[in-house]
Amino acid sequence: MIQIENLHKKFGALEVLRGIDLAVNKGEVLSIIGASGSGKSTLLYCINGLEPISEGRVLVDGVDVHARGTDLNRLRQRLGMVFQQWNSFPHLTVLENVALAPRIVRGLPRAKAEEVARRQLEHVGLGDKLAQYPAALSGGQQQRLAIARALAMEPEYMLFDEATSALDPELVGEVLDTMRMLAAEGMTMICVTHEMGFAREVSDRVAFFHQGRIEEIGRPEEMFGKPRSPKLKRFLAKVL
Amino acid sequence: MSNTVTYFTGFRGADLLFLAEAAWGTLKLSALSIAVGTALGVGLGWMLAELRATRPILVPLLDVFRSVPLIIQLVLFFNFVPMIGLGLSPFAAGCVVLSAYAAALVAQVARAGIESVGRPLRRAARSLGMSYGQAMRHVVLPMGLRTVFPAWVGIVLGVMKDSSLVSVLGYVELLRASQILITRTQEALFVLGVAGAFYFLLSWPVSWWAARHEKRWQQ
Ligand SMILES: Nc1ncnc2c1ncn2[C@@H]1O[C@H](COP(=O)(O)OP(=O)(O)OP(=O)(O)O)[C@@H](O)[C@H]1O
Ligand SMILES: [Mg+2]
Repeated sequence: MIQIENLHKKFGALEVLRGIDLAVNKGEVLSIIGASGSGKSTLLYCINGLEPISEGRVLVDGVDVHARGTDLNRLRQRLGMVFQQWNSFPHLTVLENVALAPRIVRGLPRAKAEEVARRQLEHVGLGDKLAQYPAALSGGQQQRLAIARALAMEPEYMLFDEATSALDPELVGEVLDTMRMLAAEGMTMICVTHEMGFAREVSDRVAFFHQGRIEEIGRPEEMFGKPRSPKLKRFLAKVL
Repeated sequence: MSNTVTYFTGFRGADLLFLAEAAWGTLKLSALSIAVGTALGVGLGWMLAELRATRPILVPLLDVFRSVPLIIQLVLFFNFVPMIGLGLSPFAAGCVVLSAYAAALVAQVARAGIESVGRPLRRAARSLGMSYGQAMRHVVLPMGLRTVFPAWVGIVLGVMKDSSLVSVLGYVELLRASQILITRTQEALFVLGVAGAFYFLLSWPVSWWAARHEKRWQQ
């Protein structure tokens, strides 16, 4: 379980997160929607410790992420993350991209790491691209590679930060399908997304961010069907 | 006619061997200086890129090595060493100065390479649980140094040529050997032509190897 308590995050004078309380249960899929700049990405970075926080607590399976002495490298193995930018490692083949972290972080022997990598790449439909370099892949394939790379660490949670928003429209579907598949397999996921259709259909809950706060949170039917807050109504009117 | 005769009797087969040996000297000097200079330079480049606080000290220091003509550095260093009671052969002194010079050049190139790997990629690496050192060794350095590989090859070829300056310390490398032969045979053009061919033979494999790698990495 991921528990976030009274989380505040400042960049200098700019307070980007202004008191977030949120709990995500094992097996749950939470989508986060909200306007640009509302702090959605920052929240994800605070969850896996890529950004320090200003106040509050984040607990992942009871481990305080930002406590002194927390082994972040170890903790991050439980938290897979996929970013908006396609950031595959261009100097490594598709297979090596995925096998690298299992080998050097989990300490698997090369053959075992490659076996894990091959399995995950086949899972996301890239089984025929193992020897290619990422530059030869489409954006959608690169994002699926990023998903496989995160999954190869066998994480308990997956954090998606607008995994599809840098993609050409015709490539969005294949990445969303991969995410749907993970959700159906029971992966616990937090998905920052601009894809309202995906949020509505796949999520157990949807959180609407507004200026660093959770303005409204609830089941997708409620959020999209009968939004309560005027701000969410206005947001949905704009994006739907 | 008589000139031609002098020229052929002047330059003997043994002289070619003499030049080849000198070329070997050039190769040793350059290879050693480039190896040491690259290792040192990458370390310094890492400091410049990642430990910003070192810049006010490192940048001017490296600029000294980059901007003072190598020939002056060589003569100064070679004459300074005995003053503090150490004895260095011309070869060793040349190696030290050339290494420092190469390191200063490589440092700036390596810094640029490391900085070319942006925050998103570093974060991606760290998000997989890699430590700072692992991300540096397996992601940032291989990617960044590849980006600046052509600039590094330029430094390698430059150092090979600049190694000829070590001749001022009396070390018999290719250029010095040529001068000796020219004095004896009075055939400057021919001897320099042969020496030039040796320089080309030394640097051509480097260019070839570099071009092959660049092509492979481009895909
Ligand atoms: N490293 C940083 N330094 C300073 N300000 C930052 C930094 N990262 C983010 N910000 C600021 O924090 C605010 C929230 O950024 P964040 O990326 O979390 O928003 P977001 O909700 O993910 O938006 P988007 O939909 O555009 O991705 C923005 O105003 C942004 O400019
Ligand atoms: Mg964002």
